[in-house]
Amino acid sequence: MNLPALEAIVRKDLTAVARSRAVLIPLIVVPVLMLVLIPALVAFAPRLAELPGSTLSQLQTFLERAPAGLKASLAGYTPAQQIVVMSLVYFLAPLYLIVPLMVSSVIAADSFAGEKERKTLEALLYTPTSDRELFLAKALSPWLAAVVVGLLGFLVYTLVANLVSLLTLDRLLFPNALWLALAFWLGPALAGLSLGTTVLVSARVNSFQEAFQLGGVIVLPVVGLLIGQVTGLMYFSVGLVLLLGLLVWILDAAVLHLAFRLFRRDQLAARL
Amino acid sequence: MARTGVLTETPALDERLSAQENLEIYGQLYQLGRADARRRAGELLEQFGLAERAKERVGGYSKGMKQRLALARVLLHQPELLFLDEPTSGLDPVAAREVQDLIRRLHAEGRTVFLTTHNLAEAQALCHRVAVLEHGRLRAMGTPEALAQQFGGVRLVLEVAPADLTKALEVLPDAQPRENGTITVPGVSRAQVPDLVGSLVRAGVGLYKVALEEPSLEDVYFALHAQESR
Repeated sequence: MNLPALEAIVRKDLTAVARSRAVLIPLIVVPVLMLVLIPALVAFAPRLAELPGSTLSQLQTFLERAPAGLKASLAGYTPAQQIVVMSLVYFLAPLYLIVPLMVSSVIAADSFAGEKERKTLEALLYTPTSDRELFLAKALSPWLAAVVVGLLGFLVYTLVANLVSLLTLDRLLFPNALWLALAFWLGPALAGLSLGTTVLVSARVNSFQEAFQLGGVIVLPVVGLLIGQVTGLMYFSVGLVLLLGLLVWILDAAVLHLAFRLFRRDQLAARL
Repeated sequence: MARTGVLTETPALDERLSAQENLEIYGQLYQLGRADARRRAGELLEQFGLAERAKERVGGYSKGMKQRLALARVLLHQPELLFLDEPTSGLDPVAAREVQDLIRRLHAEGRTVFLTTHNLAEAQALCHRVAVLEHGRLRAMGTPEALAQQFGGVRLVLEVAPADLTKALEVLPDAQPRENGTITVPGVSRAQVPDLVGSLVRAGVGLYKVALEEPSLEDVYFALHAQESR
């Protein structure tokens, strides 16, 4: 394995991404929105309890259907505080997953379809690197960036969420096992799946925008998780996250294997 | 691939990176160490007249500068065999001349250059051996001189008094008029020239200029194309 070549391609792709406003803006805006602004708003959640309306009664209905473990974790909190715990620990968990997924998708679209669009791929194909090295390097850039942004996002979220929980509950909620599993297990796995999907899409389209938009469908299962939680159909637990992560890692292997089979130098060169 | 260099039809440079970054990264891809890649990039940027703008993003470069940078990238690992695809395509005449001079220098340094071009004059000026492809089939191959002899032949170019043009065409039935007022007689050998000129003089045709013209690759190409059409 030609490691210096791998490092050079990763450096090239990430430097180029850092200098593209079209790519960089979603990479900043989405994490700030998901991991700073929304959890910060949770600080105002207890006020909802003071308002006339159905928020608390909805929460009660939700808790009645919740498994015993979740009920136990909320014991000892007032209903208003339970809104804070539920929001910070459970409801916002799927939103967190959108971050590594989106970062990986944006950079993969730029790295594969974008490179085709800018007609810069051909020069890379003539370098003394194997198909495997080239694919691995091009795939590593989005995945590494997604993992790093995901973990940084987790750190920032931990700070913001702890600040909110200190103000509203007078105690720290993070880090906890559920979120550690999300950040270190399921998040990187989803970044891989998003990457593989975008690479497959990139083989069929010719522009960054097309690849980004079509590859974006991978967000739908995560949105499904969010809806599942809010409607009480399912609840994130450490066990569920570990199981989901395992399934996604297996899917990653299959999708990336398929993507690599499409990444043949001679076929790519003929299409350029 | 480590001993070959390929210049693609488009420069294929990452325009969000600087010239220095583009070359350093490709230097590493061509298996130079990081320090060697940096040193070699510096040398080539100097050699190609891009050193002053080495830190600028390539997106701001002119077409000629991008082409020079792409050529510099091809030479990073000092390949013995170079494939250059349309190296002067889209360049202004000055930039095209610079690139052609560079190709001559590369040859003088002992490298083999494989040039793909639609510019037949450029092929004639730069190439020692030429292959003509039509619809993906090899139609002819050889030195430009040999191909010219085989498919074109030497021709006689005559400039006659405008009033005598018709008379000259009657005396030389094989002659063809050109748009610039001259006439050409194809397939003429050197030994035939005195007789042809003598016949015009005897017929009273005013003769201003007589020249033997070597056929160009363009003539060869048209001859081959005509054969294909038949």
